[in-house]
Order: sequence, then structure tokens, then C-alpha cells
Amino acid sequence: MNSYLDIDHISITFPTDSGPLNVLNNVDLNVAKGEFISLIGHSGCGKSTVLNIVAGLLNATEGGVVLEEKEVTEPGPDRAVVFQHHSLLPWLSVYDNVRLAVDQVFKRTKSKKERHEWTLHNLDLVHMGHALDRKPDEISGGMKQRVGIARALAMEPKVMLMDEPFGALDSLTRTHMQDSLMEIQAELNNTVIMITHDVDEAVLLSDRIIMMTNGPSATIGEILNIDLPKPRNRLELAEDPAYNHYRAEVVKFLHERHQTLTKDESSEKSSVVSLSSKSRQADDENQKKSEVVKKASGEY
Amino acid sequence: MALISAETATSTFNMPRFERFLSYMASDEWNKAVTKAARAIMIPLAALLVFLMLWSIGAKSIVTSLGVFPGPSTVWEQSLSLYDEHQSERIKAAAFYERMGKRVDKAIADGKPQKKIEKLRNRKYTGKETFIDQIFTSLKTVLVGFLFASLIAIPAGIICGMSAILYTAVNPLIQLFKPISPLAWLPLVTMVVSAVYVTSDPMFPKAFLTSAITVTLCCLWPTLINTIVGVSGVDKDLINVSRVLRLNAFTKTVKIILPSAIPLIFTGLRLSLSTGWMVLIAAEMLAQNPGLGKFVWDEFQNGSSNSLARIMVAVLVIGFIGFLLDRIMLLIQRKVSWDKNAVLR
Repeated sequence: MNSYLDIDHISITFPTDSGPLNVLNNVDLNVAKGEFISLIGHSGCGKSTVLNIVAGLLNATEGGVVLEEKEVTEPGPDRAVVFQHHSLLPWLSVYDNVRLAVDQVFKRTKSKKERHEWTLHNLDLVHMGHALDRKPDEISGGMKQRVGIARALAMEPKVMLMDEPFGALDSLTRTHMQDSLMEIQAELNNTVIMITHDVDEAVLLSDRIIMMTNGPSATIGEILNIDLPKPRNRLELAEDPAYNHYRAEVVKFLHERHQTLTKDESSEKSSVVSLSSKSRQADDENQKKSEVVKKASGEY
Repeated sequence: MALISAETATSTFNMPRFERFLSYMASDEWNKAVTKAARAIMIPLAALLVFLMLWSIGAKSIVTSLGVFPGPSTVWEQSLSLYDEHQSERIKAAAFYERMGKRVDKAIADGKPQKKIEKLRNRKYTGKETFIDQIFTSLKTVLVGFLFASLIAIPAGIICGMSAILYTAVNPLIQLFKPISPLAWLPLVTMVVSAVYVTSDPMFPKAFLTSAITVTLCCLWPTLINTIVGVSGVDKDLINVSRVLRLNAFTKTVKIILPSAIPLIFTGLRLSLSTGWMVLIAAEMLAQNPGLGKFVWDEFQNGSSNSLARIMVAVLVIGFIGFLLDRIMLLIQRKVSWDKNAVLR
């Protein structure tokens, strides 16, 4: 199948002191142009690793990534990354941070004036046109992330990769950022892969949600198509049965995964308990399980 | 009390300026400002007075072969006399150059050959170096040595910081050379300078070169080590940004690595400069470079009744200049550093 972005059966194994660790196993995904994909899964399941492989920051042990019929071998501005911790250069102003990227990507194709205007245009897009001369230390976390997004957009990437872009923000700011992102997405129709922990965020923004199994040897568990018309409005959707159905699907998936995750942990722990009191141990384990279920259901 | 403050608060804006000033004087705010200023000035001043007292009392009880150890007042007298000597030397020099000017004019009028006139014109005043001259010689020497060291250490540190292999290779050498005393280097440097720097018309005196190179050898290390640490500790996310942008090695160094490492590079430079200043005094004593070190040594050899007080003047001046150099570096660091929130002291 010929797709825009083809993540072709990738596996990655890292050598560690206690032998090789297989982090991803056979992750296979096709992404169409203009599609918004969310990766969701528990911590440590290798979501970031998938993103880093697509970005070219890591190389897969097996399989590969093909973007517009070209194999990805190294990082490049056609796969712009928005990092979780903004990663703006603290010694450059907001404008200069974006301008650095613009100068680098368009040094041959755009004149100086065009590059200046393009920088301003992208900062306006994320509503940061008013703070051009501020340093990253002088603006809030949400604003920093906006600049990070402007920098990525300014590269005119084929795919935009976002690694938990709003994870470090408070929920109100996060809501604003999601709305901004939807607005931009409606205008530019970028291809986006976003990692998130937030179920609402995933359902609200995505065309498809990729749910990953727990690591090690993580892979794609389920794929959920979100057939909600765009543009989406969070207030209207809150009452929408379809939206709530999707949301429930994701929660259910994560919940099940969470249970298996904690079950493994508790069985490991209980193996330490002395063998002489087997019946008591079994009782303990039952109790622990019920606690785990309670805990898990309280999570969401 | 509460009543008064409420009254001033409501009437502050329609009071005439002078009365407003008076009410400010009476307010707590003024008291606080005074207390703050008093703390900033009075406490160090009090400490200084206590120090001078202890010094004065302690000095009287130490009797050396050159007389009583100098107290604050003797040292003050000597510092004035050193300044007077400098002034009178300057007057002599000015008189010499005036005389020489006249001789040149006369030679031209007499139609003497051009060669002879040039020789007269280039004749320098050969009076003795005064204390003030020696301060400037020392400053020049330490700055040359320090600059030389920085020019080597910063680029070397950047290269070693970027390559783990190179760092592993170089690290044992750095650890080996770092703790070497300047006095151990000096004989070697002296011999090498004498052997290598052979010209009939030297641009720098040999003693100057020896001292400066010794300073360089000792103040390479703090800058080198701190630059390596700064460069190797650049945030990994920022390195990833440069990879995504495909910055070339030069742009990456200039735009990302150098600015990241600047705070630590400056920490290294400040350490280097204070090391260099300490090293210089020792080096000048042995190399006979006409700076503060030589001044101390000469006074020690001289052994007059004033010598100890004059050495004490030099000691205090050395301390004060060391402090000043560090403050200047701090000012530059504040100017250059992007992290304005960092507390620099």
C-alpha cells in the first residue's frame, strides 16, 4: 500500500547492562496526508520511541519509516518535532527562536524579507505576535509551547511530531492550546502524530487513536477511528453520545492494560512472601487485586 | 499610630512635595531604607575598623630584625611616599625628554647627519621603575598570560567537550598537569625561552615572556575543565533541535553549544584569572620581571627599615587588584550571560 507516511514493521532493541531490551515489537502504521493521529498508552510503553524513530533521532533495529516514498535515515526539518519541554533556546528571543528555524530551512528559497514575514506569520498563527522580543524565561509555560509549535509550523513540515506537547501545562491552559491547535489544523491541514496521556485530548483532536500495549515489546493494541465531523467543539461534544462512546473505548482499553500492568507487579511482589502460609498469601493476593481494581477505576 | 498612617495614606497625593518628603522621613519606609543602607555600609566598615585595630595591636608585639612589624599607620605613610617617589620620577622623566627635545632641535639646526638625529630622538629615559609602573607591568603580564591561556583553553575545551573519545584521551593529562605549582614550571620555561627566543632586538623582555608563559601554564586548567563540563552538559533536547534543523557544525557550536556553555566558561575564566594573578607574583619574583613580585623581592633583599611596610603596601595592592580583576570579570559575565536570573557572586 502506498501511503504518505509508512511506519513499516519497526522493532527496536536497546543493549542494556542486563542484556538486550526489546522496547518496540513490530509496530506497523500507515498515515494518510492531513491525518491527525494520537498515540496513547501507559508510561514506558515506547510511544516516544515511535516518535523518535519517525523523527530520525533513533534508528529502528528492524523495519523502517518511509515518508513520501523516501526512507527516513536522519532527522530533518520535514519532520518537525514539538518537544514536551518546549526546548526553546533560552538565550534567544521568541522571534529569534523561530527565525533560526526559518533561516535554516528557507535560506535558499526565501529572501530575507520573506523570511522575516514568514516568522511573524507563524507567530501570529499561535497568537504570540505580541511577545516577539521576550526571552523564553519571561513567558509562561503555555506561551513557550506556543512558540515551540510556531517553530515547528514554520519549517513547513510534511509531518509534525508532537511529544506530549501539553503534558506539562495546567488544564485550563491545555484547553486553550487544544483549541488553538484545532484552529491551526483546520487552516493548514497538517499531518500530525501526537503523543498524549489525556483521553479527552486524544478524542477531541484525532482522526485516529493508536492505543499501544504495555512494554517491553510494546506494539499497537487497537486502532480507533474517530468519525466525528470537524470542526469540533468541546462543549457540544460533551453531550454527544458518539463522543462519549469513543472516550469510553479508550478508557476501557487503558483500564484493562492498567490492570494487567499492576497484576504483574503484585504477583512479583507476592512471590517474595514466604511459602509456608500459602492460604494467607492467596487471601492477600485477592485483597490486593480488589484494591487494584478500585484504584484503577478511581483513576479516570 | 494606626490613625496617623491612615491619615497620611489618604492625603499623600494632594500634599506639597516638601511635606510629602517629610512624611516619608517619618514613615516606616524611611526607617527601613536607613536600616538597609546602614547594614550595607556600617557592618563592613565596623569589621574593617576591628581588623585595623587588631592589626595595629598585633604588629607592635612582633619585632623582626628589620624593626617592628608595620602597623596600619606606617603602611599608610609608606604608600604615600611610594606615590611621591612616582611623582618625582615622572617630573625627572619629563625634564629629561624636554632636554632631549632641545638637543634634537639643536642637532637639526647644526645640520648633523640624519642617523645621529634619529639616535638622539629614540633615546629613552632610563630611570628606575616606580611602584606604580610596576603595578602596570604586572597587570600587562597577567593579562597577556591569561589571554593566551583563554585562547587555547576555550577552543580546546569545546572540542574535548563535544567528543567523548577525545575527552577520555585528554582527561588524564589534564589531571596530571593541573596541580603543578608555577615554581616548578618556571625553571623549564626560563630555559626554553632563553633557547628559543633569540633576537637581537627583542619585542618583549625575556623576563616578561617567562612570567607570562608561566601564568598561561597555570591558568589554562580551570577554563579548560569548566568549558569541557559546560559543553558536554548541553541540554539533550537542544541538541535534538539542532539535529532536526540540520544545523552544520559551525552554526551548532555558535548558536547552541557556546551560549549554553557560557556560564560555566565564565566560571572557569574567573577562576583562571585569580589563579593567574597569584601565580604571577611568584613568577615575577623568580623571573625578575619588573612587576609587583619583583618589587616585593627587591624590598626583601634591600632590608631597610621601611622594607616591611613597603612590602605590606604591595601585599594590600595585590589583594585589591585581584579583587578588582574578579569584579571586572563578573561585570563582563553579567553582560554576556543570557541567564539573568542566575545569582552571580
